[in-house]
Amino acid sequence: MKALSQKRRHPLAVLALLVMGLLLTGGLYAMASSANQAKADTTYTASDISEGEKLFVANCATCHGMGGAGSDSGPSLIGVGAAAVDFQVGTGRMPMQMQGPQAYKKPAQFNEEQTKQLSAYVASLGAGPALPDEAMLDGKGDATHGGELFRVNCAMCHNAAAAGGALTRGKFAPSLAGVTEKHIYEAMATGPQNMPVFSDANISPEGKRDIITFLKTIETQGSPGGADLGALGPVSEGLFAWVGGLGVIIGFTIWLTSRSS
Amino acid sequence: MSGATASSYQPPTKVGRIADFVDQRTGASPLLREFGRKIFPDHWSFMFGEVALYSFVILLLSGTFLTFFFNPSMAETHYEGAYVPLRGMEMSVAYQSSLDISFEVRGGLFMRQVHHWAALLFVVSLGVHMLRVFFTGAFRKPREINWVIGGFLLILAMAAGFTGYSLPDDLLSGNGLRIIDGVIKSIPLVGTWISFFLFGGEFPGTAIIGRLYVLHILLVPALILLLLVLHLFFVVLHKHTQYPGPGRNDGNVVGYPLGPVYAAKAGGFFFIVFGVVALMAAAFTINPIWNYGPYDPSPVSAGTQPDWYIGWVDGALRLMPGVLGSVDGYRQHFEFVIFGQTLTLNVLLPALVPAGIVFTVLFTYPWIERWITKDDREHHVLDRPRNAPTRTAIGMAGFTFYCVMWAAAASDLIATHFHVSLNDVTYWLRTLFFLGPIIAFVVTKRVALGLQRKDREIALHGRETGRIVRLPHGEFIEVHAPLDEYKRYRLVSFESPAVLPAQPNARGIVDRKERRRAKLSRWFFEDRVAPVTVAELEAAHEHGHEAIAAHEEETAKSLGH
Amino acid sequence: MGNHSDGAPQHGGAVATAGQTEQAFADPGLPPHRPRLADLDPRAAKRAERQVTALFIISVIGTVVFLVAYFAIDLGHDSDIATIRLQNLLLGLGTAFAMLGIGTGIVHWAKALMPDHEVSEARHGIRTDEDREAAVKIVDDILEETGVKRRPLIRNTLIGATVLSVFPAVAVFGDLGPRPDQKLRHTMWAPDEATGQKVRLTRDPDGTPIKASEVTIGSAFHVIPEGLNELHEGKLNEKAKAVVLLMRLNPADLNISAGRENWSYNGIVAYSKICTHVGCPVALYEQQTHHLLCPCHQSTFDLTNECAVIFGPASRPLPQLPIEVDAEGYLVASSDFHEPVGPSYWEREYS
Repeated sequence: MKALSQKRRHPLAVLALLVMGLLLTGGLYAMASSANQAKADTTYTASDISEGEKLFVANCATCHGMGGAGSDSGPSLIGVGAAAVDFQVGTGRMPMQMQGPQAYKKPAQFNEEQTKQLSAYVASLGAGPALPDEAMLDGKGDATHGGELFRVNCAMCHNAAAAGGALTRGKFAPSLAGVTEKHIYEAMATGPQNMPVFSDANISPEGKRDIITFLKTIETQGSPGGADLGALGPVSEGLFAWVGGLGVIIGFTIWLTSRSS
Repeated sequence: MSGATASSYQPPTKVGRIADFVDQRTGASPLLREFGRKIFPDHWSFMFGEVALYSFVILLLSGTFLTFFFNPSMAETHYEGAYVPLRGMEMSVAYQSSLDISFEVRGGLFMRQVHHWAALLFVVSLGVHMLRVFFTGAFRKPREINWVIGGFLLILAMAAGFTGYSLPDDLLSGNGLRIIDGVIKSIPLVGTWISFFLFGGEFPGTAIIGRLYVLHILLVPALILLLLVLHLFFVVLHKHTQYPGPGRNDGNVVGYPLGPVYAAKAGGFFFIVFGVVALMAAAFTINPIWNYGPYDPSPVSAGTQPDWYIGWVDGALRLMPGVLGSVDGYRQHFEFVIFGQTLTLNVLLPALVPAGIVFTVLFTYPWIERWITKDDREHHVLDRPRNAPTRTAIGMAGFTFYCVMWAAAASDLIATHFHVSLNDVTYWLRTLFFLGPIIAFVVTKRVALGLQRKDREIALHGRETGRIVRLPHGEFIEVHAPLDEYKRYRLVSFESPAVLPAQPNARGIVDRKERRRAKLSRWFFEDRVAPVTVAELEAAHEHGHEAIAAHEEETAKSLGH
Repeated sequence: MGNHSDGAPQHGGAVATAGQTEQAFADPGLPPHRPRLADLDPRAAKRAERQVTALFIISVIGTVVFLVAYFAIDLGHDSDIATIRLQNLLLGLGTAFAMLGIGTGIVHWAKALMPDHEVSEARHGIRTDEDREAAVKIVDDILEETGVKRRPLIRNTLIGATVLSVFPAVAVFGDLGPRPDQKLRHTMWAPDEATGQKVRLTRDPDGTPIKASEVTIGSAFHVIPEGLNELHEGKLNEKAKAVVLLMRLNPADLNISAGRENWSYNGIVAYSKICTHVGCPVALYEQQTHHLLCPCHQSTFDLTNECAVIFGPASRPLPQLPIEVDAEGYLVASSDFHEPVGPSYWEREYS
């Protein structure tokens, strides 16, 4: 069982990385506890896989086929990895509400436990990107480098301020505000839907950590100039000048030229 | 009262003595006598020119502040300033100094935002002012030249805006410059040369920011100032137009004297405009250059758009299809190679043709209408838009034409925010590009004629009161309240030019040009709604309206009991 | 100041129009003046006075807020965003209240307390006929005295000299930029002329080389030529031409035309990122539809058909960069682009 042996290796590798990360970052207790949690989360048991298979057959197999082999209405899931499932199911995109150009984000249908079981099952179908290492989600990377990587690799679809943008024929790149660190990482690693895959060979895990750091930095600090008008650029600014600015000015002109009672 | 000899006139008050002191050295008293109590008509729609003027003053003030801190150099440097997500980034000095203005100069961010919001408002108010002038017919003789000056001011305002927002050398404006470079390169014969001369070599080079800076802070504002002075001079010379109404005609001007009322209102209004701009700058981010990052030819952001006033040209670029037909079947390309030269019409046409049409019509319209109506008189009383239905419809058609292109510049945001397909938005706007102006023309004309008929009804039969009364014989009528003569005069006193048939020239011949003019005149005026005449009003009253009114009085009385 | 008429009808000027006859209504003149509250009631006037004063005091408060915000909050290398935002807000609100206080105060004063009688003033013609005749005569006299009409030789040489004298003013801008020459034709992807060393594809912005095995199906790499980051001069100029998007598809999905068989490697293809429309980076890659979209003007290119335009204003496919793998497994460019990248220009075919 090749898949099983991989899984046995996987948590150990995570643990090793975590220990290194802990030594490097100076042993933050809070981090240590969350890291242990992460370790527990990514250990799949045989019962996870079998429970996951039941869930899969009941909820996913209609489109993705028995054994995740794919059908006309859904792609094969062999080799997409646990990260893809965790992203798609965790953000509520899957199961899809209806067929369309793109799956929408919506409240997740499965709880964490079920998501984990589904991930375990799909990961058992073939090797693919695993869940991200907690150390890469800490938001303590290099925001400048992350910003540079983001502008080159992501901003053309997601907008320089991560406010989202349009793709062809009804598809779109969503806004990244409020998306958890883990889901951002998983999206980069797996390339959900029409998003390209940014494998570790393309953007290293540290690079992904930098990108997440950048996104979380600009999200928490907000705009120094006041309300950001959706960060959509000159269109929302122009609209505001016409509606808000001109509107108030017209109000004043009417008051100014009306007769006093 | 100035002169070599001391004047015998002694001002009685202290202020008067100060004024006299100034006057004896400047000779300003004839000016004050002429202008001190000059009459200005008062209407809210007359204020947009002032908004533009005041925005321009605010631009000069805030812009001067910004020049003290801005460094238009494209030399490379590494940022080590206050904005953490850019620390260590390689960037140009221009971008670095813009960031320093935003984050490290006290009040710098506020001034940047004031400057940019005022710039947007400047062009907004110019545009609205021109719409007001067009729709009320204020461009007619003797104000045609001032209309043209206004048109040039609009173009200069767009130029000032474009050269200005390119200065920070951020990613957004850099991609904007790259688009301009692409458009320039599409010009036949000289395009490549112009591009190389503008950028001092290949795009982006290291010269463009410095050159745009000189244009932005020297040449363009100087030209704007020059035309502004001319514009205001003509406004004073012609005296302001006024809306039609009782007591107002082409021979007078009715309003408030400059001193004190009008001066106080206009002066106070400057502070109000400044206050509104300050409010916008206080609470609303504009051009967050720190989000975009320094210019780099590789990245681009979704939603890359120019500022709103350049949007319509960008929208035209988006609407033009480069290729028609499917990949496998027949394909019509709009780029042609003729005698080894590349003619790229898919860029050239949308960049030049719509703007060419809009500005040509804008600049020539006063003379076109004058030629059709053969009207050589001076006009100082405005038309209410409904009373010039064809002109209003032409204006709305042009405005719609503009707005379709304008909307096209935001096609991607329309798609994401209304959850429709980007491609469908483009297809729809392509259709509207041709159909929109026609629909707007027809609808506007019908609306204007309808409003005119409604005005006629009101002038003839009075205002509907909404009070339903049952007459003794069982008929229900709505009581109409007659208008007072002032209100009625407002509704009936407009000019309504009739169709002017072709007229023979001096040699007694109706030439082809004249026939064409007559045809246009018919198109303009054939379905006009004539104003109510005295005879018509009398006829309407004889029609038993008086009787009904009298009857109604009685009925009301009896009903009351 | 013109005549302070009471607004009685004035039938001056040429108002009569075709089609408008004596049937027109007589102008009833300005409506009678309606006094304001403050005109009749001294208490209302006093109230308005107090309101105006209050508005001016609001302005004073605004100015104080501005000054406090300016001097109490300092900015520097370590100021954080919240501080900057707070100062901007306070400076803005201070200015807004300072200005709006004065503005609304003055206007309220003018509206409520200054005389509000509408006044009618006669328009004088811009010029009299007398002036006009005199002016025409002066122009004629001046022309006559110069003798320009009688001495055409002087006139014509003057016109010729003046027209020619403009040319230096144009020519003096000749050094604004260099001649275009062949610059738009070449990029950094051309193999070294002396050694024939081919240029590696490296990651943007880090400049690390890419192995073919690293480009998995569905990936999109943003690529710059090796050595770009080390350039000291003209780095952005070179980058503006050389940026490339590298993607891997299932080789069966690619329709490859004759002559381009060796331009891709096992489904890995590289295309110029510079739009053939007006030069924006075409960076949006949809990995399922294999479409490339330009975010500026929505030109859409079909990767499976050698980036043919399927939507939008571009008219030409994106230029393809021929790639191969070197001895160490890294991707390299076999040659430069076979055509100029970016927007079209007049000399494109032969430059």
